[in-house]
Amino acid sequence: MAGGAAGLFLIALVVWPLVAVLNRSLASVGPGEVWSVLGRGSTRSVVAFTAIQALASTAATVVLGLPLAYCLARLRFPGRQLLRAAVVVPFVLPTVVVAAAVDNTFDAIGLDMPLLAIVYAHVFFNLAVVVRVVSSAWATIDSRQHEAARMLGASPWTAWRTVTFRQLTPALLASASIVFLFSFTSFGVIRILGGLRRATLETEIYRFAVTRAEFDVAAVLALLQLVVVVALAVSSALLQRRASKGTWRPGRPGPVNSVARKLVLTLAVAIVVAIQAVPAVLMVAQSVRVGDGFGVDHYLNLFDRADVLPVSAAEAIVNSLLFASAAALVATVVGVAASSAIVAGGPLGRWLETLNLVPLGVSAVTLGFGYLVGFAAFDLRQSIWLVPLAHAVIGVPFVVAAVVPAMRSVGLRVRQAAAVLGASPGVVWRTVDWPVTRRAALTGAGFAAAVSLGEFGATSFLARGQESFTAPLAIFRLLSTPGQSLRGQALALSVVIGVLVAVVAAVLERARPRSSDSVGGLL
Amino acid sequence: MTATTTMVDNGESLHLRGGQRSLPLIVALILALVGTLAACSSDDGDDATATGDTVDLSGDEADDTDDSDSDGAAMDDTDDGTTDDSADAEAAAEETEDTPEAVEVTGSVRLITHDSFLVTEGLFDNFTLETGYEVEVVSGGDAGELVSRAILTAGQPEADVLFGVDNTFLQRALDAEIFESYASAGLATIPSELQLDPENRVTPIDFGDVCVNYWTDALDGPAPAGLDDLTDPSYASSFVTEDPETSSPGFAFLLATIATYGEDGWQDYWQQLTDGGVTVEPGWSEAYYGQFVAGGGDKAIVTSYATSPVAEVIFAEVDYEEPPTGVLTDSCFRQIEFAGILAGTENRDGAEKLVDFMTDTLFQEDMPLNMFVYPANSEAAIPSSFEQWATVVDSPLTLEPAEIEANRSRWTQEWAEIVLR
Repeated sequence: MAGGAAGLFLIALVVWPLVAVLNRSLASVGPGEVWSVLGRGSTRSVVAFTAIQALASTAATVVLGLPLAYCLARLRFPGRQLLRAAVVVPFVLPTVVVAAAVDNTFDAIGLDMPLLAIVYAHVFFNLAVVVRVVSSAWATIDSRQHEAARMLGASPWTAWRTVTFRQLTPALLASASIVFLFSFTSFGVIRILGGLRRATLETEIYRFAVTRAEFDVAAVLALLQLVVVVALAVSSALLQRRASKGTWRPGRPGPVNSVARKLVLTLAVAIVVAIQAVPAVLMVAQSVRVGDGFGVDHYLNLFDRADVLPVSAAEAIVNSLLFASAAALVATVVGVAASSAIVAGGPLGRWLETLNLVPLGVSAVTLGFGYLVGFAAFDLRQSIWLVPLAHAVIGVPFVVAAVVPAMRSVGLRVRQAAAVLGASPGVVWRTVDWPVTRRAALTGAGFAAAVSLGEFGATSFLARGQESFTAPLAIFRLLSTPGQSLRGQALALSVVIGVLVAVVAAVLERARPRSSDSVGGLL
Repeated sequence: MTATTTMVDNGESLHLRGGQRSLPLIVALILALVGTLAACSSDDGDDATATGDTVDLSGDEADDTDDSDSDGAAMDDTDDGTTDDSADAEAAAEETEDTPEAVEVTGSVRLITHDSFLVTEGLFDNFTLETGYEVEVVSGGDAGELVSRAILTAGQPEADVLFGVDNTFLQRALDAEIFESYASAGLATIPSELQLDPENRVTPIDFGDVCVNYWTDALDGPAPAGLDDLTDPSYASSFVTEDPETSSPGFAFLLATIATYGEDGWQDYWQQLTDGGVTVEPGWSEAYYGQFVAGGGDKAIVTSYATSPVAEVIFAEVDYEEPPTGVLTDSCFRQIEFAGILAGTENRDGAEKLVDFMTDTLFQEDMPLNMFVYPANSEAAIPSSFEQWATVVDSPLTLEPAEIEANRSRWTQEWAEIVLR
């Protein structure tokens, strides 16, 4: 069964390494010591700050993402496709560069508010998650219900709140969970923008595991992190199941023909410009600065191997694209299989619903060390496949977040009707689920590719030789040696993978279900 | 028209109806894109190797200067003529091309090292030629992660040889008993002050100094003369350094202040730096490219390396007569990097030969321009660019590895209480 296979995949690549490393690190630790770590005042304040910044980041991302999601799903305006593709670009931009830009901007305007800077950076990186997951759900909401509510006398706000918003809830919850987990385990942003006092569980785990080699303390904190993640995943799943289910009917985006629509569109564009475009444009501007003038030298240099890199930047991009293709493929297959099981319900589904989110919420150090300890046998840890597989594991929750709300919107009745009329499970899946799911699956695949293209932590840990030298590793290495031409090349490379991820997203966008091949007629 | 794709679901293939050819189309598009890029870049890669592009940078610099002293001296000691810093890469590359399938590869030896490890392409082919062993390089994360993962996998090592543990982490690695003793013949060429383990569980491979750097043109007045000057608010406020808990140069600079001002004096020094407005970043990249003028920031003073000015010239966008940066020589803390044979290795013979190879002049002379460190082997030639632009540190600051390990947590804790309060 597909759901079972997805479960095995996650057990092998998530559960087993975690069990292995925690088991090893906690081997000589008694319950008393665990409690003493948990009871420390510093632990409590670390957990509190971690949760607060993650909640604030999630709330800000959802609020700012909604107008954008609406415009992309419901309005027809020039540059819409470009905007949809461009919002994913921050996903692959290097934290060091972006966080430094945010830091300098806040300094320049004299703002000394680390929490605000952290939230700003998290919104920058994560806006795409809310925008794309929610807009892909929004596009499939039957707008006739909203119109009916309006006709029956509901105000636009009431109609939106009681009809549209409720139908969006599953997608909102799914994307918000991902944003929360990303912010919850964020590392570079916290370190650079938080001021060094601001420790989160993630930075503390790194500190104890790597700087101090106190693996037992690190493992206790990792367990604590795991508990929070599982609690979040379970409650998100419960809320999603309780949320009302919409009916699927792809609406065509309408023209920007009213004052309200113009306002929303203006607002959305303002959000993108203020939060995402400014740092991105600054980076492009810096990448074409050469000496005192401007030029494309840094871009041309990407084709020659820089002395500090084992391969040329262009070859690193090729490696990255190969990994991204493999990771996106695996993540999509596993994610769609897991989604089917989740929608079908049952113990396996509920278990997968929680488990798929775990890789986003556990520390990269924990999982990385887990691979080393857990895969010691048979030399598995030397396999080059570990890199795309680790990327795929992080991509799966994005596929699930996009696909599950879409599958749920089909409704049990349609499936049952098809089955009663004699359709085999395969036929039901093919004719009912897949047309609805496909678009969502492609949204998820795009994310999985973006995650893979931008991933640094696990890659630096698992990379083997030149074949697995990816673009983010190259950026990191270029930014680890003094020299203006190396920095310029790092910026140029960042811009190139930014453009590439937008292209990949745009190509995936092209694959829209046509209204004619939908199950619309069935409903 | 029917397009078919397969998805793993219930083990059956799914036939999609006409008009739904998107998935194969996408896969094909991505593969085409990748293929095109692969074709382009591999062409460029070949060109680079053939013309020695990667070598030209340093070669140009070398040609401009009189480097006969260092080269001449080294020439006597080595028989392979790879002393010129631009020539060793070419020599290695040539030997690669001359060592085809005729070499019988009898096994492999695995080297785990940090992210910053880099050798000239084809360098290890010489090793394969001599010993029959291929070298597999495993990236072990940053220097701290490297030691942590070796301790965590003790007994089931990921590799045969570990390179990149430095004197600040050495005691921890020794205490965890991750290394097997091996007295390489190469030790004879390595100065005794670099050999920190009497039992030879580790072999010194290279050294370098972490020093305070300044960007000359960005300073308002004269350059600071030494560590003492930095506490002056006009310097302290334009000084950016790194967190000793997360950054190797940051920790080395803390050790430099402890070595200079003593166990009871360094706290006061840092208090003055803090009062003067010093900035602290989590890592070297954040400091150097985030706050220092090199990355467009406004800080003129930064904690970096003694060899950073060399890299600033070699990797510059414009031709510099002199490096744009200078070094405070009394702030320099010595870092020595070691290689060791990991306990539990399944290829002790290959591991020994690899350690020997790493102490040999061919490898030693390849390191400086790839990793910006000095060779531990005193017979290895120093590249001319180092001779010309690197600041010579005559009496670097040091502390005993055992003392560092015993006090690390307390020092960084005290530091945090002073600086981050």
